[in-house]
Order: sequence, then structure tokens, then C-alpha cells
Amino acid sequence: MNYPEKIREQAEAILVRYPEGRERSALLPLLHLVQSHDGYVSDDGIAFCAEVLSITKAQVQAVSTFYTMYKREPAGDWLVSVCTNTLCRSKGGQKVFDALSDELDVGHDETTADGKITLEHAECLAACDYAPVVTVNYEFYDDMDEEKSLGLVRELKEGRRPVPSRGAPLCTLREISVQLAGFDEERTAGLEGNAQGDATLAGARLAAEAGITAPAFDPTAPLLAKQPEEAK
Amino acid sequence: MSVTVPGPRRPREDALNKLKPVITKRWMSPGAWKLDVYEQLDGYKALRKALKYSEGDLISFMKESGHRGRGGAGFPVGMKWQFVPDDGQEHYLVVNADEGEPGTCKDLPLMMNDPHSLIEGIIIASYAIKASRAFVYVRGEAIHAARRLRNAVREAKEAGYLGKDILGSGFDLEVVIHSGAGAYICGEETALLDSLEGKRGQPRLRPPFPATHGLYNKPTCINNVGSIAAVPHIVLGGAQWWKDLGSENAAGTMIYSLSGRVKRPGQYECSLGTTLRELIELAGGMEEGHELKFFTPGGSSTPMLAADSIDVPLDFDNVAKAGSILGTTAVMIFSDQDCPVVSCWRWIKFYAHESCGKCTPCREGNYWMVRVYERLLSGRGQMGDLKLLESACKNLLGRSFCGLGDGATSCVTSSLKFFRQDYLDYIEGHKPAVLDAATIGAH
Repeated sequence: MNYPEKIREQAEAILVRYPEGRERSALLPLLHLVQSHDGYVSDDGIAFCAEVLSITKAQVQAVSTFYTMYKREPAGDWLVSVCTNTLCRSKGGQKVFDALSDELDVGHDETTADGKITLEHAECLAACDYAPVVTVNYEFYDDMDEEKSLGLVRELKEGRRPVPSRGAPLCTLREISVQLAGFDEERTAGLEGNAQGDATLAGARLAAEAGITAPAFDPTAPLLAKQPEEAK
Repeated sequence: MSVTVPGPRRPREDALNKLKPVITKRWMSPGAWKLDVYEQLDGYKALRKALKYSEGDLISFMKESGHRGRGGAGFPVGMKWQFVPDDGQEHYLVVNADEGEPGTCKDLPLMMNDPHSLIEGIIIASYAIKASRAFVYVRGEAIHAARRLRNAVREAKEAGYLGKDILGSGFDLEVVIHSGAGAYICGEETALLDSLEGKRGQPRLRPPFPATHGLYNKPTCINNVGSIAAVPHIVLGGAQWWKDLGSENAAGTMIYSLSGRVKRPGQYECSLGTTLRELIELAGGMEEGHELKFFTPGGSSTPMLAADSIDVPLDFDNVAKAGSILGTTAVMIFSDQDCPVVSCWRWIKFYAHESCGKCTPCREGNYWMVRVYERLLSGRGQMGDLKLLESACKNLLGRSFCGLGDGATSCVTSSLKFFRQDYLDYIEGHKPAVLDAATIGAH
């Protein structure tokens, strides 16, 4: 378990987020943390979490194997997830997955021979209004089709980092795991990554164009018919 | 049973008038996720107002507003707050931001574009239930949402809206943004609590309910993102204003998330009780060459409705009368070019994958239903298969700890009710097989 001092410090910082005596709550972030170091949840990572929380390795492993975001094999820098659930599938998500599978010569939850890209089919990614949707390290590429998704992975293969439709500029899976462990995005550009898309704004724009607003209100009107009691 | 809906560029006035941009209005402002812009757009005014009232008054007010939960079950928010006992022991507010129900995509855009509204709602709700710690359990994959929420918490803390003695009120609150790790079941409130405690996300038997025995076995109030983010708006606008925004028996606005075969899928915030016909109109009509065949009113766990339900007001009571559930108003719209049997197969594969395995009916029932669907869709279906599916659903419904098992049966029973012939077509050979028997191992 040769984890650098920084990882140990980060582990301590995770523990104090939870009430005293409830440190076990830190297990999910800790697993993200060891994944940020190893690129997957390794045996060492499991032992580390167990040691930090004073629980058994079996208890840690029972948790790590329950959740799909914890990878059991070394994953690539780029985790490409394609939604193939019903709605995305009906709009071409399965075709996108099949095209990427052919292009990369890997199946679900497999990593390319050069170790760079891991492909997975994902369940609903909560972006059905942009179907079919693909994510790379959980940043959104909206309204995809076979051609666009092939372009995306070819750019990744060539070492470029195509800008997502919504989300932050790409960083590696290890880097994103630090944020999953609950640490702040340190890049200003990351925080500023776009979150507005046509579908997100569809209703609000339509209302604005038609001059429709919610009815006005008096923000100072009392909440209840009686006067407010002074709060303690 | 198909209905063609015309798709004019500008929707008809009666449909347009259903639009009520309240929760979604700040999404148009590019910097609304930052504190300074949020404050310019009425941000944290509701908190200042709320802190002038007692905790009990706030709960009475929330009950008065008729505000119901936006996470699927529609439980009255004020009543939920009231259930948290005020007995001096530590208790918690937990926000369920584990959005993952197929079709549902309303909370992510909110957390990404207007994170402070959720934080402000959390502070007001925590004050009302006297919780000094709140957790937001964010779906792991929703990384941009978590990123902006963490930033919002940091900004709010620096400005004195979080931490010790908030705005001089004597009220203290810490908020932790906790990312999950990929498990649909953790959207179920008791599974979420186990997950937040660092365990496998498996549901708990109820009673006892989380209101008395929740996180760390302490009193806990669990609310959906949409339920809480609406709170600052309701506090500013007033109970009557919120009621008037909705329809007769359903207060407030609702974000209808339209996906599928419409020209402009997306988030449409309307009065509760807007019909599918009006929503399709707002979305520019059906896609060219597509006729409405079926839809889900609120995600894959709500029974599908056929095209003849196009004029059902989509609110809690009317959708229930029509035989479904309002759910999360994730309206997935399917056309004559989508097969209900294929749709159900893929959904059941999802439920089989996401079943936590704790309850046998859910774990085994979904596993075997996938096999039956694959037999049907590979052209090897038998007449008895439809009965088999019905029997599996009967043995699943109401026989598992949580709603995942119940939800799985929704699409199967509703599609068998409306589209039996579509199933028979595969058995009788009127439709070609869509799956290859050899590759899927159907038997």
C-alpha cells in the first residue's frame, strides 16, 4: 500500500466531512479517491480504504463491486459511455455503441489494446432530451449519431480533447475521480463549462419569445395571514 | 390508435399559456450559477424572508402552499417536514439528487444552471426541520452538477449563507455534496441512506420510516431536488401564488421533460395539469413521419399510456385516474415506428441490471422476464409467454422491499393491456425477429 502522502491527506479531508463516529460514510468518496490514483479499484486500494476506516477488506469489496463506476480492471484515460436504454436506443444509441465497438475493437466494459479508451454501454444518463447521448468521463456529448461519435473517439485516439456539448473541458478519468471524491474543480474553465443546450432552454426560450412570464408577486407579503413571530 | 398532432412553428395560444417559467427562468442567464448573478436575480431573498418566521410557521406555510414532492411519489412537502420529530436529537436533511429514472432529466439541468436555488432551498428546509447538517446525494455520473453545487456551497459559505449563525439568525448549517458511484437503486430513499452510510445501496424494510429512523438511524427528511429548489420561489411568491400557478387540484409548476419523437425535445415548465397534446404542440409537433403511439407520463416505472390519453391533464390525480402515475413528468414520447415490445425488453433489461438482488421476486423476476422477451423477440415466442409475463408481474408487484420491483412491472402490464397484438405479431410471425436467437442465447 504505497500511497503517497497526498492521497493520505485527501483521505483525512474526506473523513471530516461526516459526523464523528460516522466515518464509514466516507467509503464511496474514498473508493473514488483510490481510483484516482490507480485508474481502477485495485487490491491495494481496497486494503487502503479498509485501513483508513478500520473495517475489513471484505466489507470494502462488497461495496466496491456494487457500483458500476468503480472499475475492477485498469481503465483507460477516456471512459466512453453510450446510453443504450430504451429512449436513446430508439433514437440510434445502440447503433452508436455498435459503431464504436467496431471502431475500437472492444466490447462493453473493455479497454483498447493501447490502454487509452474504455467503452461501456450505460443505462439512462439523465439526458433523454439530447438522445442519443454519449459521455466521455461523464461530460456530455449530446444528439450523437454514428458519424459524430466515430469522429469523437478518433479525436481521442489522436490525443485531442474534443470539447463536450455540456460539461467541463475533458480531463482524464483519474483526474475526474478526484472530483468524484468530493474535491473542488480547480480549473476555472471547468466550472465555466457550458450547461445550456437547446433542449435545456426549449421551454424557457419559447416563453421568452412569446413574452410569457409567471404572474407577478409581492415578495414582502407575509407568509401566513398572521404576523411573523420573531424567530429565536 | 394513432393520433396525428399538427406541428405549427408557433404553438397555439392555449398551449403557450400553459408555459410558466419559474424554476427554469434563471437557466436563460448564463452566469446564474455564480453567486453574484444569482443574487441579482432575487437570490437569497427568500432565505432572509424565511428566517423572520419560526420553524413551525414555515412548516404551516409549506402545507398551506399545497406543494407536493417532485421526485415521483408526490408526497406533500410540508407534511414530510412536519413528520421529523423535534425531540432534541441530531437529525438530517438529505436531498435526493440521484436522478436516473429512464426518461428523467429535469434535476441535472437545474443543478448545473441554478445550483444556488437548491442550496437556498436546503437552508430554508433545514431551518424549518431544525437540521444542522444536510447532504446532497448526487448521482455519480452527474459530475458537472456536483462541480457547480460544490462551488455554490463554497460561495454561500463565504457569503455567510452557510456555516455558523447564518445571517445572524443563530441557525447553523453544513452542507455536504456527496457523489454516488453508479447505481439506479440509490434513487430509492432508503437505499440512498445505506449508500450514504458507505454501504451497498440496498433498500430497508419500512416501517420504521426515515422520518424517525433515517440516516445513522436518526430522524431524516429526504426530498427530491425539484421539491427543494422550488421552496425559495414559493416563499417569495406566497402560498396562493404557487397554488394559482397550477391547476385546480395540483399546486405549482412542473418541469415536463419531453423526449423522443417530437421536433424539439426539452424541458418545458408548465402548470401542473398540462396535457400531452399541449406539450407536443409546445415541442413543435411530432417528428416528421411519426405518429404518436404511446408515452410514459413520468419515466419508465410509470405505466405507459396509449395515444388516446393525449388529452389527460398530467397531474397527480388525473394521471392516476387514467391508470398510470405522474412520476417525475419524464414524458417519453414514442411513435408508430417504435415497438412497445422492444421498448419493454430494453427497460426490463435495465431493471434486471439495476435490481440490487436483495428481494428474490425482483432479482429473479426481472432476470427471467428478460429471457422471455428475448425469446419473443428472436421469433421463438410461445402463446404461453404472455401469461408467463403476466404471472411474473403478479409475483413481483408488491412483493419487494422497494418500488424498483413494482416499477419494473409497469411497462410490462401496461403494454400487454394496450398492445397485446404487438406481442402476438412476434409469436404469430407477422413481425420479423429483431434479435438473433444464437447471440442472445434464447431458448
